[in-house]
Order: sequence, then C-alpha cells, then structure tokens
Amino acid sequence: MARALYIHWPFCLKKCPYCDFNSHVRDGVDTGRWQAALIADMRHEAALAGGEPLHSIFFGGGTPSLMPPSLVAALLAEAERLWGFAPDIEITLEANPSSVEAAKFASLALAGVNRVSLGLQALDDASLQFLGRLHDAAEGLAALEVAQRHFARVSFDLIYARPGQQADAWEAELRGALAYGTGHLSLYQLTIEPNTRFATDVRQGSFTPLDDDPAADLFTLTRQITAEAGIPAYEISNHARPGQESRHNRTYWRYQDYCGIGPGAHGRRGGSATLRHRKPENWIEAVERNGHGLREERSLPATEQASEALLMGLRLNEGVDLASFERRFGLSRLQMIDSRKRDLHQQLGLVWVDGARIGITAEGMPLLDALLADLVCENLVSA
Amino acid sequence: MTDLARIRNFSIIAHIDHGKSTLADRLIQFTGGLTDREMSDQVLDNMDIERERGITIKAQTVRLSYKAKDGQTYELNLMDTPGHVDFAYEVSRSLAACEGALLVVDAAQGVEAQTLANVYQSIEHDHEIVPVINKIDLPAAEPEKVRAEIEDIIGIDASEAVLASAKSGIGIEDILEAVVAKIPPPNGDRDAPLKAMLVDSWYDPYLGVVILVRVIDGVIRKGLNVKFMQGGTDHLVDRVGCFTPKRTDLPEIGPGEIGFITAQIKEVEQARVGDTITTVKGGATEALVGYKEVQPVVFCGMFPVDAADFEKLRESIAKLRLNDASFSFEMESSAALGFGFRCGFLGLLHLEIIQERLSREYDLDLITTAPSVVYRIQLGKSRNDDAREIMLHNPADYPDPSRIELIEEPWIKAVIYTPDEYLGSILKLCQDRRGIQTDLTYVGGRAQATYELPLNEVVFDFYDRLKSISRGYASFDYEQIGLREGDLVKMNILVNNEPVDALSMIVHRSVAEARGRHMCERLKDLIPRHLFKIPIQAAIGGKVVARETIAALRKDVTAKCYGGDISRKKKLLDKQKKGKARMREYGNVSIPQEAFIAALRMGDE
Repeated sequence: MARALYIHWPFCLKKCPYCDFNSHVRDGVDTGRWQAALIADMRHEAALAGGEPLHSIFFGGGTPSLMPPSLVAALLAEAERLWGFAPDIEITLEANPSSVEAAKFASLALAGVNRVSLGLQALDDASLQFLGRLHDAAEGLAALEVAQRHFARVSFDLIYARPGQQADAWEAELRGALAYGTGHLSLYQLTIEPNTRFATDVRQGSFTPLDDDPAADLFTLTRQITAEAGIPAYEISNHARPGQESRHNRTYWRYQDYCGIGPGAHGRRGGSATLRHRKPENWIEAVERNGHGLREERSLPATEQASEALLMGLRLNEGVDLASFERRFGLSRLQMIDSRKRDLHQQLGLVWVDGARIGITAEGMPLLDALLADLVCENLVSA
Repeated sequence: MTDLARIRNFSIIAHIDHGKSTLADRLIQFTGGLTDREMSDQVLDNMDIERERGITIKAQTVRLSYKAKDGQTYELNLMDTPGHVDFAYEVSRSLAACEGALLVVDAAQGVEAQTLANVYQSIEHDHEIVPVINKIDLPAAEPEKVRAEIEDIIGIDASEAVLASAKSGIGIEDILEAVVAKIPPPNGDRDAPLKAMLVDSWYDPYLGVVILVRVIDGVIRKGLNVKFMQGGTDHLVDRVGCFTPKRTDLPEIGPGEIGFITAQIKEVEQARVGDTITTVKGGATEALVGYKEVQPVVFCGMFPVDAADFEKLRESIAKLRLNDASFSFEMESSAALGFGFRCGFLGLLHLEIIQERLSREYDLDLITTAPSVVYRIQLGKSRNDDAREIMLHNPADYPDPSRIELIEEPWIKAVIYTPDEYLGSILKLCQDRRGIQTDLTYVGGRAQATYELPLNEVVFDFYDRLKSISRGYASFDYEQIGLREGDLVKMNILVNNEPVDALSMIVHRSVAEARGRHMCERLKDLIPRHLFKIPIQAAIGGKVVARETIAALRKDVTAKCYGGDISRKKKLLDKQKKGKARMREYGNVSIPQEAFIAALRMGDE
C-alpha cells in the first residue's frame, strides 16, 4: 500500500533552459477545473492503493507554488479524507523564491504544507541569469528568509558545475549557502538534458559544459564541505542534517510504493508502474472522460523491479539490503549482482559490502552509472 | 559455326569514366542484341558492386551479329575484361582470347596515364588497337588534340581514329566497321584436336558452373567428353552456347569463337582460369601456354560481430567460394573476436569485394582484421623438431623467435601514375614504406614512378594514403616480384597488460616503433575510460616500444533521479548493457567492437 503521494502541477511562468521536467507555460489556468480533476485522479489511486495513512505528500512541478493556497488546502483535505495522515506526515511543496510566491508562504503553511523546497539554484545574479531564472539573488534570499519563518523544514536547490565554474568560487558559494542553516540541501551538477534550450546552445557552441574531470573534483569537494558542516550527503545530490532527509524522496530511492497523480506523474504500486498523460490538456480530458489520468499501467516482472530497486537504492549512502530484495523479488543475490564485478570494484574501493548489504563508497558515487552497468546482472535488464 | 574470316574478337580499353560501359551498351543495342526495353544501363556489369564501382570482376562476353557494309554478316565477340591489378592474371587470359582492342579516349580529357598500362598489355598480346575518340559532342571536346596525343604518347597511328559519342549514339556504326576492317580474324584449325582456353568461370544457381571458353582448334559440342589438362579432370559437356547478351544455346563452338559451356561442374575450383580444354579421346598433347595457379597473397581474419552469426558466415563464405576459387578460407578463433575465418585474397580490392558482398548480399556484420601477407620463415633445428620452412599468414602463428633463422616477405613492383603536383608527397610515401625507386618518367603533365615495395607496407594503408595525398588522382598497378629477406618482428598490443591477439602484427623493425605508437594512440581514443586506469602497450617480445595510458573515468552519474525518472534511468542502463554486449573483455577492460574495427582500419586520420 502506498504511503507516499506525489501531486504534479505542470505550469510554469517560463520554461528554464536546463529543465526537461514535464512543465508547460499556459495562460489562464482554470483552477476549479484542475481541482476537480486532481481530486478525481487522487480518488482513483486511493481506491487502488489506500488503506494505510500517508506519511508523505510532495507537490512537484512545474511550479506548484503558483497554485492558489486554497487549491493546495482542498487537495490536502481530500488526501487526508481518503488515506488519513500519519501524525508526523511530511508535506513538501516545491517553490520558486520570488517575492510574489513568498507572499503566499503563510497561507500555504496554514493549508498544511510543512516543508518547502526552494529553487534558488545560484546565489549570484550572473549565474541566475545564465540559468534563465526570473528571480535575482537578493529576491531569492529574501524568499528563503520568509520560508524559514513559516515552515519547520526548508530545503533549497543549487545547480553547480556550471560552465567555467572554478573550485574556489563554488566553495565560497556553497559556504554561503550553508550559512543559512537549512536542514536540507539539494546540490545538483548541471546536466545538459536532451531537448532543452541548453542542449541546443551547447550544440551551437554558445557555451561548453564543464569537463567531467573538474566536475568530479567539485563533486568530491561538495561532499567534503557539507560533511564538515554537519549536513552530509545521503544520496548522490541530496544532503541533510541527521533526521532531516526528505522522507518522500527516500520512498523512491528505497523503492517503496508511491502514488503519482497529475500530468506525467509516475507511480509504483503493488509491482505495477503507472504513468499519466503528460500534456496537461490530454491529462485533464482523460480524467474527465475516464475518471483518472492514467496513460499506462504495466505490471513489472520481478527482474525489472529488482533492477529498479538496485538503481534507485544504490544512490543512497545506506546502500541496499540484498537479503530483503531476495525475499521481495524471489531472486538470489547472485541473480541480481554480478559477483565478479562486485569483487573487482570492491578491490578498487568503489563498492562496499557489509553482510547482506551492498553500497557505493564516496569514491564510487560520482561513477554510479558506470558501476550500475557493471554490477546489475544482465538478466535483470529487459532485453 | 562461323567462318574464321568473319569472326572478330576484341576488348575495350578505357580509363574509368571514359565511357566503356556506355559504348558496350550501344554496340549491343545497335546490333540488336537487346531491345530498348531490355536495356538496363551497363548490361555487362551484373553484380551490384560492379555497377556501383564501375569495375568488372568477372570476364564476360557478348556475341554481336553485325551485317557490315560489305554485305557480309560478322560474328563480333566483345570481351569485357576484369579491370583491376588484383585480377591481372584473369585479365591476361581474357586478352589472350582476343585479337584486337578498341582504345576509347575521352575527347575532352585526353589520354590518361593509367590507360597506357592497359594499352601496352594489349599490345603485348599482339592486339590490333583501334582508337576511338569518345564524347566528341561535349563542349570541351578537342578531338584533334586528343588524336595527336594518342600518336605522341601511345605511339600508334590515330589518323583513322573513329570519332564517336557513345552517349548520343554518334559513330557507333563507324566503330563496328573499323572492328571488321582493322582487327584481324582469328586463326584456327577445325580439324585439329580440340584446344580451348578456359577464359573464366562462374557459378550459376540453375546451370552449375558456367565456363567461358575461347576455342583455338577443333570444335566443342554437347555430349563431348572433355579433359581439363591442368586440373586433370574429365567432364561431359551438356550445354554449349553464347551470350547475345541473353544466354543462347548453340550446337557447337568452332575455332576462333568465344562462347560458354556447362559440364555438370559444381565448383568453380574445378574450372581454373587459363586451363586447356581438350577431348578425352584423341585430344591435344600440349596444353596452351600461360597457365598459372593463382595463390592468395593478402590474408585477413573475418569475424561476425554477433557470435551467433558464425554459422551464417560459414555458409555465406562457402557460397561465395563456389563462385570464386581464388579466395581461400579456414576457421580461426580469436580471444578478442571469437570464431571466424582466416581468408586469403588476390589483393586488397578482392578482399574489399568479398567483404562487401558478405555484408550486403548475406547481411552479415563483420569485423575484418588488418590485412597481412604471407611470410616464408626458415626455422632452425630445435630439440624436438627438425629445421624446416613454414609459410606464415597469420601473426597468431608466429613461431618462437629464437628458432627463426630467416624471414622473407613478398615484394612487388608498383607503377604509380600521378599528376606532377603530387609526385613529391608520393615519392615520400614510397620512401617511408621502404620503397626502392627503379624508374621515374614523365608523360605530359603526369608522372609515372616505378618502385619496388614490400607488399606488407602496401596492404597496410598505402592505397588509402596514396589516394588521400593525391586527392584521388593517383593510381597504381602492381605485380609480385618474389620474396626477399627482411628484418621482421611480431609486435603485440597489450591492453591492461594482456595481449590482444586480434591486434598483433608482423612489422619491419624499422617501422615497429612508429606503428606501435600510432596503434597505442589510436586505442587510447577508441577505448572508453574505465573505472581504473588502463595501460596500452606495444611490445616486441618483452620489450615495450610504445605506451599510452587511458586515465580512469572520473564522473558518470545521473544527478537527479526521482520517482518519475526511474524509467528513464532504466532505459539508460538497458543501453549501457546492450553496449557491453558488443564489447570484448581483456584484463577487465571492455573494448568496444567499433574500437577493434577502427584500430584495424588504421587509415589516415
């Protein structure tokens, strides 16, 4: 039974040049219509994966801070009615750090949101401009301050390993960020995703992404500094003070069930993968026609579930427990992990093994994708 | 059978693009061999590869029936000869079947240097040369200048050269008249014992092996028991005919005539080019001169990219071999490339053609290892073995160096034709490849350089280099001139301290270091970075002559991965796994097959 609920709000004021998420720019969204549709989609999921109280809800996007607080409140009320809330439920909303949105923080908190994740992305104006953000540094920091006043838990994102970024400049920026004392930080290396404006820019030679070698150095530096500051990495790009980890996102990484509603939302429930219509118009029409926005619901073979569990779980410092995977997927650990490669990488200091647990060392983390390609057994990967 | 006086056998000599195929098509059309509807361009070049490359691989003939202005009907046999040095022997047999040749020269471009070699070869066979100046309707045509060039450069009388445009159909009848008037009829004796030359042969799925013959003396007809004098086999002729170009059965082929026979032969290997065909009873006692056994001179390994295709490769090679006895194959296994075949070819073009036919006609994805030549090695006596001589055509079989007393390698005489301006770079290329200049002459604005070169330097990438430094204008012909002693060594390539068999090669000591360094640098770029650093070394015995290191991979990670991203990440993993399936592992290093292919190609950068 799913104890995590993801709600996708697909609208943005402007599409960021690095973003390949399911986001769309639209004028005049009919919030009443959207509220009804999201509630219908939620009811559909609750009927299939209800029964236990939720312990996390995540509003992602898009830009969910553009939602009217009343809509957020209505959705939360419905979720509580359908599933019930665990006493310590974590309710996160992704927010843009603009003054307009900061003005809504108080009402969002009243609606039940108790954690925000702010898309600060950088702490200087030139970088924010390069990243195509609508806010400047001062506005962003002001929004952070408002957020810290209204929400018990605040996280923010920074995008680093930007073109030409030097280690000392990043270190200064990171130390500046740590000074705000949030319990959680998401520090992403800039990735040029296909079909984004940045991909076009790079193809046309407008800028050159940072090479992998200096990027790897920045990754190591980031882990060092955050660890020293008491907010170590617990996942590839996520850092938290002990106990402040994102419970919702850890659900994904620990490969537990979650419901996903709204355009393009993915879900995993009872061994099936669910996917909703991506385009907002298609999704809402589907909901109004079918009572849900599902585009695809596919039962995953145990092998595929195991490969997903591994590629998500090994992102976490805590690694995975192969004994529990054996029980869950009915596969032996030799059928999941290539033992020859495991030994090789253990020797190289990139993988650790502790009884039934296996994980990636700090040295191995920046190489995770290459390690996965070696470690995950051939037969788990769909032909 | 036709009266000898009314037979003409001839070939066409033309530089590439000077209009040989178009002219052949016109002659067929004019004499009514095919209706317009049946004409497809370049009727004679049957195979796709022949059409695309404009080269002829198998000899073919067309019998034309032409009613001349003298009122007589003549039998004209047009021989289309193979057009490449790899097939020099086959060419010589085709030429030996003719009495004359049409020399086709482009009215705008004039005599091309390479044409000379072909003309001289034809003259060596005592052919009467009939010059034809083609493409006279081009705006840039200068027939008079070209006429003078033919006389100056080739040294034959061109005063009566026929002016023509094969494309526009101008002068076609004049050409046919000139063939009748100038080219001598063949000689022959109908009553003498049968003597026919086997000009070429090929496999036809319906008829079995089809043999192209030129009858010298006697008559060949259906039901005759014939003997192949060199092959030593007897066969019953079951079909006799000619191509018009349609296959037409005939009651017999008499002296001076060219035609085909079939004799229930299953493999072309039994029908060797240049063999003499005679009757089993009362046959000729002496075979025709000029017969040679063809031997492969260039070898390489061919492996299926997908190991599962091995059986398919075996079947496909066997099928090709049915039609081409000049190429040889035996099974080979390589740690890098799995199971495949070691194949021998007449030359590099021959190699390329076979490779291309395998991939195209049989839909096989192949890895071809670097071509090598055949070395003769004298081995000294050892405790368990007597002194003996071996022929080495695979670096993998290189013997214990301490036993080697002498290694000899094949040399060739290469004649290179080039516009003057590229001569300097070409001479340098020849020097770099251990060449010895024996002659250098100038023809108009072109030069002809003659070099003696070790064949192993030529099979490496000589032809590609030659083409690239001359922007495609230089061409070369070569013939083998025997074996010479050489200071040759085996060089191994080691990846992460493990030798990669497919990449080892036999090289001259003087170029080993350069070649080794080049290979290491190439591999450094071709092998992806791994999670550890990888040394790449070129070594002769225990001595490392070149070394490169591939730095360890530093970063390969998806920064952002949440619920929705699992599917994408999984697709990435799928792709990585599929990529790995196409790799071979050496000392924990996965080498992509593309890297082997690119490293083995070793062309110019």
